[in-house]
Parts: sequence; C-alpha cells; structure tokens
Amino acid sequence: MVAIFTALSEPNRFRIFELLRGGERSVNEIGEKLDLSQPLVSKHLRSLKESGLVSVEPRARQRVYALRAKPLREMNDWLSRYRSIWDARFEAIDELLVELQEKKESPRERKKRS
Amino acid sequence: MSEKSDRDPYTTQVERASERELVLRRVFRAPPALVFDAMTKPEYMKRWWAPRSLGVTLFECTVDLRVGGGYRYVFGKEGQPQMAFTGVYKEVTPGKRVVYTQIFEPMREAGEGLITATYEPHEGGHTLLVQRELFPSKQVLDGTIASGMEKGMRETLDQLAELVAAEAR
Repeated sequence: MVAIFTALSEPNRFRIFELLRGGERSVNEIGEKLDLSQPLVSKHLRSLKESGLVSVEPRARQRVYALRAKPLREMNDWLSRYRSIWDARFEAIDELLVELQEKKESPRERKKRS
Repeated sequence: MSEKSDRDPYTTQVERASERELVLRRVFRAPPALVFDAMTKPEYMKRWWAPRSLGVTLFECTVDLRVGGGYRYVFGKEGQPQMAFTGVYKEVTPGKRVVYTQIFEPMREAGEGLITATYEPHEGGHTLLVQRELFPSKQVLDGTIASGMEKGMRETLDQLAELVAAEAR
C-alpha cells in the first residue's frame, strides 16, 4: 500500500497512471501523449511496476503497460472500512439529533401533535 | 482517489484529497448549532463515538472546548490495553467550525494531525459537515492505511482458520 502512494506522489507518474486508466498503452504512446522522453517514461514505468500498480506484457516488438486491478481494490477497501466506521458514528448521531430535537420542542407543540 | 459509493449527501462520503489528507462529508437532518453540540459535547459524544459495530468502548471522554483547551478520549476493547486520542483546540466557533490537533498516544512520535470540522447550513434547515483530517505526514497516512490493510487481512485469515477448523470437525 505504501508503495502505491509513493509511486503516485510523483506528478509525471501520476499522469501516466491517469492515462493508463483509459486503457493499456505502449511506452512510445505514453511518451507521445504526455510529451515525455522515452527514457523518462521507462524510468517511471519501472517504479509503477515495482509498486505493483501496473503490469507489462511484451507484444510484437513492443512492451504494453496496463493497470493492475488488485492494488486499486486494496486502497478502495481501506477507504470503505474507514468510511464504514464514520458511517456507524454518523448514524448514531442521527438518532441522537432526533432525540435532541424532540426535547427542544415546546410541551405545547408536543401536546398538539399527539 | 475517492470512495463515493453513493452521491446522496445524507450518506458518508470519503475522499483522499491529497497525499496527507482525508475529507469526510455528511449532511444531517438538524440545524448546525445542534449538530455542533452533538459532535463536541462529551455527554453526547459518549453516545456515538464508539458505536457498537466498532467493537470498542469509550472509557473516558474529557473535553475543554475553547482555544488552547484540550481533550482526551480513552477507548479500547474490554480486557485489552486502553488507547487514547488527545489534542488541543486551535479554533472554536460555536455552531460553525472547530479546528484541533490530534495525537494517537500509542504513536506519539508520529506527530500531530490537524482536524478541521465545519458545519454549514444545508437546504431544509439541515447541516453539511465537512471534516478535513490532515495527517502528520504522507507516511503516517500511508502507514495507517497499510496497518488497516494488514488488520483486515488478519481478520479474514482468522475467519478462514475458524471455518476450516469447523469443517474439519
């Protein structure tokens, strides 16, 4: 997980990552689309690959890079768990707020309603 | 990186806004002054901070809600070592905004986080809470995520072990 965020913290690596979200690309295509030199693209792809974010597949005379789904799922899983903790807290707050609002109503209003 | 399973503002939205910041958003069906009280007064916090599904108990909750005042929440699982969050209020505007530091005592050396909670009026006399959690560093947020991951994996493995043991009987 740490490796993922480290990999994405470099702006050009993040641009490559964003580009690959749209589908697989070869090194040359990435360089052209993002206006980066081929050695620079290769360097960034190497660290993206080390972080487990992208996979590479040789095809004809090219190497094609694509995003791997698993690390992204892991990151989403953590955010979902974090979200579910706060979700449970917020639901308890909802209940508390209903109670507090009832308490605030004047006794006459309460009588009128019943 | 956002995890928005639902755009309904009455559900919890979480977003990793930057490499060291998480942002929570949620609308409540009550006016800002009331939501503010519910979230900051200790007698109310005891009602929601440790919901049953979390599996922890809030043992102590002290709050001195003024600039320079401190707070401390002590919590844990029954029969296990207790842990605490502590910090100091940097800004307090009742009904509108609170800014406070946060230290997780078992990881004191990791540094302080900074939490900014704003309570904005929302249509229908309701309240939009925006809670920004700025972690001490990118490494701490990454580490928190990584440890959460490990914990999740351990729990899954434990469940698997139980299942296998049950099957073997």
